[in-house]
Amino acid sequence: MPNENNSCLKASGLTKVFGIGRQKCVAVDHVDLDLCETEVVSIVGESGSGKTTLAKMLLGLINPTEGEVYFLGKKRDISTQKKKREYWKNIQAIFQDPYCSYNTFNKIDTVLLDCIHMRGGRKLPRADKLRLMAEACSFVNLKFEELTNKYPFELSGGQMQRLMIARIFLLKPKILLADEPTSMIDACSRATILDMLMQLRNEIGMTVIFITHDIGLAYYVSDTVYIMERGKFVEYGSADDVILNPRQPYTRRLISDVPKIHEAWDLSTV
Amino acid sequence: MFEMAEVMLEVRELTTKYITRFREDIYAVDHVSLKVEEGKSLGIAGESGCGKSTLALSLMGYYFAPLHYMSGEIIIDGRNITGMKPDDIRKSILGTEIAYIPQSAMNALNPTQKVIHFIEDVFQAHDPYKSKKEIYEFATGAFDTLGLPAEVLQKYPVELSGGMKQRTVIAVSVLLYPKVLIADEPSSALDVTSQKMVIKMLKNLMEDGFIKSMIFITHELPLLYNVTDDIMVMYAGQIVEKGTAKEAVFDPLHPYAKGLMGSIIVPESGLREIKLTAIPGVPPNLKNPPCGCRFAERCKYAIPECTAISPAMQEVDGGRAYRCIFSEKELREAYLREIHIREAAKNAK
Repeated sequence: MPNENNSCLKASGLTKVFGIGRQKCVAVDHVDLDLCETEVVSIVGESGSGKTTLAKMLLGLINPTEGEVYFLGKKRDISTQKKKREYWKNIQAIFQDPYCSYNTFNKIDTVLLDCIHMRGGRKLPRADKLRLMAEACSFVNLKFEELTNKYPFELSGGQMQRLMIARIFLLKPKILLADEPTSMIDACSRATILDMLMQLRNEIGMTVIFITHDIGLAYYVSDTVYIMERGKFVEYGSADDVILNPRQPYTRRLISDVPKIHEAWDLSTV
Repeated sequence: MFEMAEVMLEVRELTTKYITRFREDIYAVDHVSLKVEEGKSLGIAGESGCGKSTLALSLMGYYFAPLHYMSGEIIIDGRNITGMKPDDIRKSILGTEIAYIPQSAMNALNPTQKVIHFIEDVFQAHDPYKSKKEIYEFATGAFDTLGLPAEVLQKYPVELSGGMKQRTVIAVSVLLYPKVLIADEPSSALDVTSQKMVIKMLKNLMEDGFIKSMIFITHELPLLYNVTDDIMVMYAGQIVEKGTAKEAVFDPLHPYAKGLMGSIIVPESGLREIKLTAIPGVPPNLKNPPCGCRFAERCKYAIPECTAISPAMQEVDGGRAYRCIFSEKELREAYLREIHIREAAKNAK
């Protein structure tokens, strides 16, 4: 559990309300979150429970209606574009749909080169930049020679998602927010991608926030699991606690909804 | 004597290919044979790019460019449909004999028309003399049996949630009582709760008498294990393992099937202790597939002969079969040896 010194990202009373009047919809409702460094956290919930809205607020892509985000013990300030850029050096995201995550007009070299520039490597000699890019690609089992002069849409979904991880490898952020990183990828590549993410985490020691609806995946990767229902956390604790001894009926339902192989899957409960 | 179950769909040595715009042949389904009996469901597993969806398309006997028929036979309930004209197939086979739910089926609903209109279209294609009232009454009854509210009929697709759209499409596809239903990844775009509802509905279809047999395609093995009776594993256009669901998940013989089972993630105790093992590499390019065993390149147990001899399906007693040059005994020994090595490494730690 985090203490004063190693708190990495903290949110207190974070709220987001969409719409006004009768159409008011509270997507995230006074959520408190405290992550310490190098922790792996999962936020699990059904679709519509506000997971992605919370993620976007933590990233600073949308403004919270209420509440504050603290980064490294200080209040986060992203009032100007310059400050936002500074903040994004420390927090990066992988999104659900790899096909929409890239700028279609940029070649893969440019994608990776941008990351090096963002880390202040603009003045590096070209040979060094190439070496860094090749290193990043080999970390995710891609061949850099085959990728140069290609556009992202020429890759398969799994390869795109791996290239995303290569970006993170170059950027070395403090926090990585992975929003359903494997939901559009088949089961075999999923294991590869999860392993790569975990290896990367061990290598550069970042905090990882996993957002997923698959509770099995959350159990496999994370130390702490937060269960989200209708914009609120209903249960949280260490992964073993929450998944093996769930207290809330909602958590129990989420677990029972996932097909299992050793235990019977009860279909009568929907 | 007990009665033999009737065979609903039988496919013998079916081969189909894609012809690309560069005039290259891609054999995405290569000598596939399968049999589905009445009241049974068959699951097809495999990585993306292994030809699962192409197999589903080929099974209907309705080919359109770039997919072309090469050889083999398709027999639906005793009726050989190979060589039928596409128009005849569309009129007398699709929908009534065999129904297909494609991967993104929920996007197939026309956003500008109500669901009932879509159903009227389906009926009118097969029986032009049915009145709108009759269709409406029939659809209401069917939706009721399937556990869908009748209001859905009067709604536009945008008013329905993803899970509801998917269930509507499934309901529409079985309205003409097809003998075989092919469901291609029917739940991959849904969250776990909607997925469960869709699966429950699919499982009930057979009990309610809407369909007689089902083919279910997905890459999610836990799901396949819970839904189907038999599982076939596909790799690079070929069937590499065939067996009951239990055998295929807990005791796979083919190294590829073994590898697939190593990537299962389920929220059960003990998951965190296992390290997921992904199969390295990617499936071969089917433009010019490797001449020997197609899996040899990625196989841990491959020996030089593997790349030279193309293995045939080996039958094991109990209706199982696998495609590998090793015998069952040799494979089992190899797997045991691996477990021993892993345990020794664990103890050494």
